[in-house]
Amino acid sequence: MRYAVALIALWAMTSAAAHAQEARVSLQTPHYSFDRQTLLRGAKEFVDRCQTCHTLKYLRYSRVGEDLGLKESQVKKMLMVPANAEYHGAMLNTMPAKDAARWFGVSPPDLTLVARYRGTDWLYTYLKSFYRDPSRPSGWNNRVFPHVAMPDVLAMAGGQRDKEGKLVKAGSLSPKQYDRLVSDLTAWLQYTSDPSKVQRMALGPWVIAFLLVLSVLAYLLKKDYWRAVH
Amino acid sequence: MKGLTDWINDRLPFRELAREHLTEYFAPKNFNIWYVFGSLALLVLVIQIVSGYFLLIHYQPNEDAAFDSIQTIMFDVKWGWVLRYTHTTGASMFFIVVYLHMFRGLMYGSYKKPRELLWIIGFIIYLTLMAEAYLGYVLPFGNMSFWGGKVITSIIEAVPFVGDWLVTLARGGFGIGTATLNRFMGMHVILVPLLLIALVAVHILALHKVGSNNPDGIEIKEHKGSDGKPLDGIPFHPYYTVKDIFGTCVFLTVFCAIMLYAPTVHGLFIELANYTPANPLNTPPDITPAWYLSPFYAMLRSIPNKIGGIAALGLAWILPFFLPWLDRNPVKSVRYRPVYRIMLVILALSLLVLGWIGMQPATPAMLLPGRIFLALYFLFFFALPVVSRLEPTKEVPQRVNMS
Repeated sequence: MRYAVALIALWAMTSAAAHAQEARVSLQTPHYSFDRQTLLRGAKEFVDRCQTCHTLKYLRYSRVGEDLGLKESQVKKMLMVPANAEYHGAMLNTMPAKDAARWFGVSPPDLTLVARYRGTDWLYTYLKSFYRDPSRPSGWNNRVFPHVAMPDVLAMAGGQRDKEGKLVKAGSLSPKQYDRLVSDLTAWLQYTSDPSKVQRMALGPWVIAFLLVLSVLAYLLKKDYWRAVH
Repeated sequence: MKGLTDWINDRLPFRELAREHLTEYFAPKNFNIWYVFGSLALLVLVIQIVSGYFLLIHYQPNEDAAFDSIQTIMFDVKWGWVLRYTHTTGASMFFIVVYLHMFRGLMYGSYKKPRELLWIIGFIIYLTLMAEAYLGYVLPFGNMSFWGGKVITSIIEAVPFVGDWLVTLARGGFGIGTATLNRFMGMHVILVPLLLIALVAVHILALHKVGSNNPDGIEIKEHKGSDGKPLDGIPFHPYYTVKDIFGTCVFLTVFCAIMLYAPTVHGLFIELANYTPANPLNTPPDITPAWYLSPFYAMLRSIPNKIGGIAALGLAWILPFFLPWLDRNPVKSVRYRPVYRIMLVILALSLLVLGWIGMQPATPAMLLPGRIFLALYFLFFFALPVVSRLEPTKEVPQRVNMS
């Protein structure tokens, strides 16, 4: 165990250095509709698969409940997995940051804003770009983010690939199901990076329609006044 | 009611003011769409002050808390996203309307006698606005804020002898941190806005002294009726207030569409690299300023020598002040100056291309196009004294065209 921890620490240190020299890989665009169903699926997957290590420190459970139309009891049952989670508190992880830093060398980054910072195309492609690499301590590497400390946590679902992208071990999901999983996660992180999008989209048509009507009225008023000039 | 307004007017001349600046301020009746952007710039100024005030309530000018306080506004403050997106959209829209307003002035010769001072005050407003925008850009303390803050303040180092001392003074220390944020916030929130408001007031006063120009570039005061009012003039109120209300509605529709559907405009209005906190150990691969400063950043970079770049930038900002005297042609409007029209197109094009170059990674391949379009920018000003004397002009009408 101790040996493994030391190895992970060493690997994380080198990965931090490699961080700077990320490969420029052409990115793929995920296809999903940014709606309640997609976000609910993405939220659930995130809580189950990502939140052990990663935090969403700016986002509160209560906000998610409001935006996705969930009752407090539903949020508690569906999303509040960490034992110490509070309804009005942020979506924090279960792994203490101190331990994480010791185990990985770098603590897994907060993901609230990652979709804004990296872009959804990057996120989607990154999650699908892991491959088996025996030279890495974790046994994993990534084409978009070479020498990344993170292993492919979705491999159980999506299967394992080699460097050429060939499937070496099938996962529990079909390629189509797996693609939807990654797309849902991407959509969810797009939501967390800017939850206002839910409100903006709901408000948008009303605001624009109001202003258009106002513009028409203002135009008619102007025309009426200007009859004297023409 | 009449008694009360009389009582007030005996002590405060609001009726005279309204008469002088609205109901009996005569504006040419042939204003086209280009004349809406002055009012819109004033509108955006008000939008920025109001949204900025509410943002200030929640903002923390501290290197450890600034970035998080912006996220608090976005995630926790009720309607906080409206405040922030209004302010970020407003910043870019400010420059869009100001650029269009300035281009209008160039097209119709609004910088020429007797409006030289009006143009100069306007250009000072523009430079002040750039300073205001830059200061505000640093405040969220994302990684681009940090590096932008560092790179731009380092320009001051070029000042001979006292450069290092001045940089330390501007930053409030040797690095960019809490002291910098405090200084920048003070300037962004108090000093520069007060200056802007004062300058805008002077700009309007100067305008109302000389009167508005128009698309034909002829003076309406030269043709007055028997009542002493310009024949081609109409009172600003109600004619242009009602027209500007229409313009305002259309503008707000565009404004809200951006704010609601694409507030970052693919990283143009809000840079995506600024969504990660300031990190002195992590330099972004490409440090580029916001789009509205991009042409000048391209000028700075097109000369890979610090002093040379700054000299080019300085010249680019000084030359417009002399425009009223560089242009020797008495004909004002581009409608009657075909050669000037071509020069204006080249000027606009060179600024657009420089803006694009400024947003690209700094590669040697960009050096030559950067220099070519910088030269074209300068050429506009240096060729103008000669061209304006020799160019053929069309016959200018006596009275304005309503088209």
